[in-house]
Amino acid sequence: MYIKALALALAATTALAGTAIAQEKIKIGVSIPAATHGWAGGLNWHAQEAEKRIEAANPNIDITLVTADSPADQAGDIEDLVSVQQIDALVVLPFESDPLVEPVRMAKESGAFITVVDRGLPDTSIQDVYVAGNNTELGSVSAEYFKTRLGEGDNIVILRGIPTVIDTERFDAFMKGIEGSGINVLDNQFANWNRDDGFEVMQDFLSRFPDIDGVWAQDDDIAMGVVEAVRQAGREGDMFIVGGAGMKDVIKGIMDGDALIPVDVLYPPAMIATAMDVTVANFTSNGPVQGEYILGAPLVTKDNAEQFYFPDSPF
Amino acid sequence: MTVSVPEAQKAPKGFRIDLKTAGPLLALVLLIILGYSLNPAFLNEGNVTNLLTRSAFIGIIAVGATFVITAGGIDLSVGSMAAFIAGMMILIMNAAVDSWGASLATVLLGIGCSLILGISAGFINGFLTTKAKIEAFIVTLGTMGIYRSLITYFADGGTLSLNNGAREIYRPVYYDSFLRIPYPVWVFIIVALIGWILMNRTAFGRYCMAIGSNEQVARYSAIKVDRIRTWTYVLQGLCVSLATIIYVPRLGSASSATGVLWELEAIAAVIIGGTVLKGGFGRIGGTVIGALILTAIGNILNLTDIISNYLNGAVQGIIIIAAVYLQRGSLTSKRKKAE
Repeated sequence: MYIKALALALAATTALAGTAIAQEKIKIGVSIPAATHGWAGGLNWHAQEAEKRIEAANPNIDITLVTADSPADQAGDIEDLVSVQQIDALVVLPFESDPLVEPVRMAKESGAFITVVDRGLPDTSIQDVYVAGNNTELGSVSAEYFKTRLGEGDNIVILRGIPTVIDTERFDAFMKGIEGSGINVLDNQFANWNRDDGFEVMQDFLSRFPDIDGVWAQDDDIAMGVVEAVRQAGREGDMFIVGGAGMKDVIKGIMDGDALIPVDVLYPPAMIATAMDVTVANFTSNGPVQGEYILGAPLVTKDNAEQFYFPDSPF
Repeated sequence: MTVSVPEAQKAPKGFRIDLKTAGPLLALVLLIILGYSLNPAFLNEGNVTNLLTRSAFIGIIAVGATFVITAGGIDLSVGSMAAFIAGMMILIMNAAVDSWGASLATVLLGIGCSLILGISAGFINGFLTTKAKIEAFIVTLGTMGIYRSLITYFADGGTLSLNNGAREIYRPVYYDSFLRIPYPVWVFIIVALIGWILMNRTAFGRYCMAIGSNEQVARYSAIKVDRIRTWTYVLQGLCVSLATIIYVPRLGSASSATGVLWELEAIAAVIIGGTVLKGGFGRIGGTVIGALILTAIGNILNLTDIISNYLNGAVQGIIIIAAVYLQRGSLTSKRKKAE
């Protein structure tokens, strides 16, 4: 904490010195969760890439990227961005929605332009722009695909994430999507968006159900664990697996025509770059940008996989 | 030179050991009956193999933790350490494949590095605890954070994946078996046997118990307390390294989500098995049963849907508390008999 404060203080002095030289620099603060799991790792990578790209293209824009380990940590980050860096705009992907309402409101009251990403705040009057992936669509697009492959009397199992709103939205939309198709959901269990848990839960599903035709893992990390369990049981020929998010290994597999994971549904960590671009456009474009941007959750198939493939990203 | 420890004196009456083990064993038997009645697939050969193989990770780590806890210490860093060692193994093997191609030597190199890293990491924990005189809780809380950050850093926040060529050579270590028992289970059995001998049949085991029950008395009895303590952490590091060696071929990847909360599971397995958290008394056999109980709970919950998924954690909590109650209950009754 002390070192962090010191670093911020140093950053502040250099920033102040910078202000003296170029008064008109527009400062954008970006606050996101630290890279604690695969998807967040991708988020961090895309944020850094966007920072480099935007700063190279717009010399008058200065982006400060800070990552937080907890909601409290993030609240502190935002306070520092406002009071020390005196940002003109804030791009924030809240760790948790409720605890961050007040810090973001404070930033808004200081006059900053607010862009909220992915996890929405309960009070939408604070935000100028909202950019998010679409969990409901992720569920329904997956359901549509299952309906094209399976029908009356076919059995599937579902591996869910961590019990949160994100997971519930995906799950409810999927269940609604397959309603009336005759597809039989044998069981659903939480696998915590984690490979090891995906492996173990799937092992248990395999010993419990002799006939499984499809697996909806709704996340690529879980799907990677599921693949190993299915291989171990030697039942690759019996079923297919659908994950979600757009992990590079999965996208690569789809490009190569993997039969076990034939498609993926996108929930891209690159949405942070979209949010940063929209925020920059507020200062550089003559068109209005305020509003909500809900990204689609397209089905990634062999035909379009290449455009979603980022070999350098850690995710 | 021998040290007289109350427990060590009682040891010759072999019957008592059975009594002490009865609590956790009873809990495990009840759990097996419950599992079978909820879903007969529980006792299928495939499921039993899965269960045993899965329990090997926590079990091997918990055998090491039994020594640390018996000697009055604690190691919170094991989960992060496992993730860190797994990550380094993958990086080293990938680098080796890039230079010389994938071969058995690549995998052996990875395994060798894992052992060196595990032993060194254990030594660092032990050295800081004994020589720098910092409480084990703080030292290992510190190293826990360090290893977790390092794996996140090396993986760039994402996942490190083992090169496919090396993976194919390494894969059988997890997935193949000898006499129908998978290799990870063999490793678990061997580690548990060696641990049992160390704890119950050697001076080292008696020293651990002596230090854990009263450090001052142990010191006056000319036991090299610092050296023995450090050794327990080195053993713990070695066990983490062995667990990692059989973990890596399973998914061929490591990330910051690897080994999260393994330290608590290992400590829980040790305590369920009858080792006393404040030290002085350790039971390897109990630890093995503790690890099996923990794994079986998760397995049974996955095999049934009578309980809402949201309540899985509550069921685990109840069973853990009940298992320890069974074991403590038998200890109390024995004490009464002694009086």
